[in-house]
Amino acid sequence: MLYREAGQFKTDYASDQAIFPILQDRIGLAVILAVAILLPFANNDFLTNAVMIPFMIFTLAAIGLNLLTGYTGLLSLGTGAFMGVGAYACYKLTSIFPNVNILIWVLCSGFFAAAVGTVFGLPSLRIKGFYLAIATLAAQFFLEWCFIRVSWLYNYNISGAIEVPQRTLFGIIVTGPRATAETRYYIVLGFLVLMTWAASNVVHGRIGRSWMAVRDMDIAAELMGIRLLPTKLLAFAVSSFYCGVAGALMVFLWYGGAEPTVFNINQSFTILFMIIIGGLGSLLGAYLGAALIFILPIVLRFAPEVLGLHIHAATVEHITYITTGVLIIFFLIAEPAGLARLWQVGKQKLRVWPFPY
Amino acid sequence: MRAPTNGPDVAAGDVLLAVENVSLSFGGVRAVSDVSFDIRKGEIRAIIGPNGAGKTSMLNVINGFYHPQEGRITFKGQTRPKMRPYEAADGGIARTFQNVALFRGMTALDNIMAGRSLKMNKSFFWQLLRYGPAMQEEVEHRARVEEIIDFLKIQEIRRIPVGRLPYGLQKRVELGRALAMEPELLLLDEPMAGMNLEEKEDMSRFILDVNDHYGTTIALIEHDMGVVMDLSDRVVVLDHGEKIADGTPDEIKSNQAVIDAYLGVAH
Repeated sequence: MLYREAGQFKTDYASDQAIFPILQDRIGLAVILAVAILLPFANNDFLTNAVMIPFMIFTLAAIGLNLLTGYTGLLSLGTGAFMGVGAYACYKLTSIFPNVNILIWVLCSGFFAAAVGTVFGLPSLRIKGFYLAIATLAAQFFLEWCFIRVSWLYNYNISGAIEVPQRTLFGIIVTGPRATAETRYYIVLGFLVLMTWAASNVVHGRIGRSWMAVRDMDIAAELMGIRLLPTKLLAFAVSSFYCGVAGALMVFLWYGGAEPTVFNINQSFTILFMIIIGGLGSLLGAYLGAALIFILPIVLRFAPEVLGLHIHAATVEHITYITTGVLIIFFLIAEPAGLARLWQVGKQKLRVWPFPY
Repeated sequence: MRAPTNGPDVAAGDVLLAVENVSLSFGGVRAVSDVSFDIRKGEIRAIIGPNGAGKTSMLNVINGFYHPQEGRITFKGQTRPKMRPYEAADGGIARTFQNVALFRGMTALDNIMAGRSLKMNKSFFWQLLRYGPAMQEEVEHRARVEEIIDFLKIQEIRRIPVGRLPYGLQKRVELGRALAMEPELLLLDEPMAGMNLEEKEDMSRFILDVNDHYGTTIALIEHDMGVVMDLSDRVVVLDHGEKIADGTPDEIKSNQAVIDAYLGVAH
C-alpha cells in the first residue's frame, strides 16, 4: 500500500534517469543511512568492531568483484591477492611517508592494486569464463608468493607480518591498537558510502552499459563501437581499486596487522561466494551476500544464548555451520540469481499488493 | 567518384560501398569467391541466395569480422585497410544479426542507449559523479533514444529486460539499437526470419521508413522473396560463394541462373 509510485510523474529525462526514481526508495535509503550513522551510539563495541566494520569491508571487496564478475562477466579468483596488494601498498607508503594523512594512502593503495589488476587482466581479451579464472588464479599464487618472499614488502620484519603503526587524523587516533572502534567505524562507513555511490554512478552510465554489453554479447558490443580490451581492462582496474582499498581498510582499520595468509585463495572464494549468493550484477547483492556469509553465522552463534537454550559451545559451532550451509543452498534454489533478485521480486509484489500482478 | 561497374542505373546517388573481387576462405572451404558489387547511397540493396551461399560471410567481411584474402572494399570513397569491427562502427556501419544478438540482461532502453556509446565521450571522472557534463550527455542521448523508441513503437517495453521479450519485439529492439548509432550503412541479416505475416509487414514498414526518414542506406539479407522484391531497389544473388546475378528485382525474377540456383536444374 505504501510502496506505490502512483502520482510520481517524471517531467524530464534527468529525473527519469535517476538511480532511485521512486520516492519511497529514497526515504528507505535515508533511514538506513541514518541508522548506520547512529549505530555507534548504541555503545556496543562488539557490534561496531566485530560485526559492522568487517561486514562493510567485505561489502566493499564484494562490490569490487561484482563490477568485474557480475557486470563485465569476467570471472576472477584473484580478489584476495588484489586486496593484499592494497594492504601492502598502504603499509609501504605509510612507512616511507609517515607524515602524509593515512586516509590518502588508503585511497592511493587502491591505485597500486588497480595497476596490478590491469596487468593480470591482459589475458582477458583472449580467454573467457573458467579459463580466465585460472589465469587470475596465477595472479593469486604469484602475489601471495611475493607477500611471503619479498621481505621489503613487510619492512624485513622477522615475523613476516605487517603491523599497523599508529596514525592520527586531526589529532584523533585512527589506526593502531589505541584507535577507538567508533572512529574506525565512521572511516570505514565513509569509504563504503562514497565508493558505493561512485560505483552506482558508473554502472548506471555509459561505462556500466558498455561493461554489461561486453558481458551479454561481446560480438555485438564490438559492433556498437565498444572496444573490448580497454573496456575489460577498465573493469579490471576499477574492480582491483575497490579490492585494494578494501584490503588496506581490512588491515589498517580492522585487523591492525596481517600475515600473508589473510590474502590467500580462501579470501578470494569467500568474496566470490558473497556475490554469487547476493546477486551477480547488483550492488545491493554485494551487501546482501556479505551479510549472509559474514553476519548470519555470528547471529546464529548467539541465537541459543538469547533464546535461553543451554547448548555446548562446540555444538553451537557445528549447528552454525550446518544452518549457514543449509540456508545458502535454500537461497540458491529459491532464487539462483541471488538475494538481490529476491528483493526485487518482493518489491514488485509489494507494489501491486493486494493484487497478485 | 567511380561509376558503378555493373548493375542497372536504378537508385540515384553515388557509390557508398564497393566490394571488388573479394574472396574469403576458411582453410579449404571457399565461402566467397571473386565477388564484386556496390551499394549506392540511399538505396535498399538485397543480398539473396540459397543456404550456404556466403551471404552472412559477405556481411561479416563488410563490417570487419572477417578479413578477405583477396580483393578490396571501398567505403565512402576510401579503400579500407584491414579493420576491426569497432572501426567499421566508427565509420558508420551498423548491423543486426540473424540470431538476435541483444544484451539479454539489460532493458530495452539500456540496449538502445548502448548503441550510442560511440557518440558519448564524457570522461570517467564525470561518470563517477554522474553529474554535470555526464548527466547532461546522458539526458541528451536519452532524448534521441526516445525518438527511436517512438519511431519503432516500443514505448511500453522500455524497462523490460530484453531476454523476457517475445522474438518479434527483440528484433525490433535490435533494429532500434542499430539505428541509435545513426549509421550511414545499415546491414540487416534476415530481419524477418521467424516472423508471422503481420510482424513481417510491420518490419517492412520500419525498414522503408528508416530508408525514407533518415536516408539510411540499407543492405539486407532475406529469404522471403516477396519482401525482397517489394523492398529493394537492387538485388545481388550469390550461390556457392559466387555472384550469379545483379540487377533490379524484375530482372532478377526473370534471370535463368537465379531460377536454376533456387529451383535446381533438370539433368
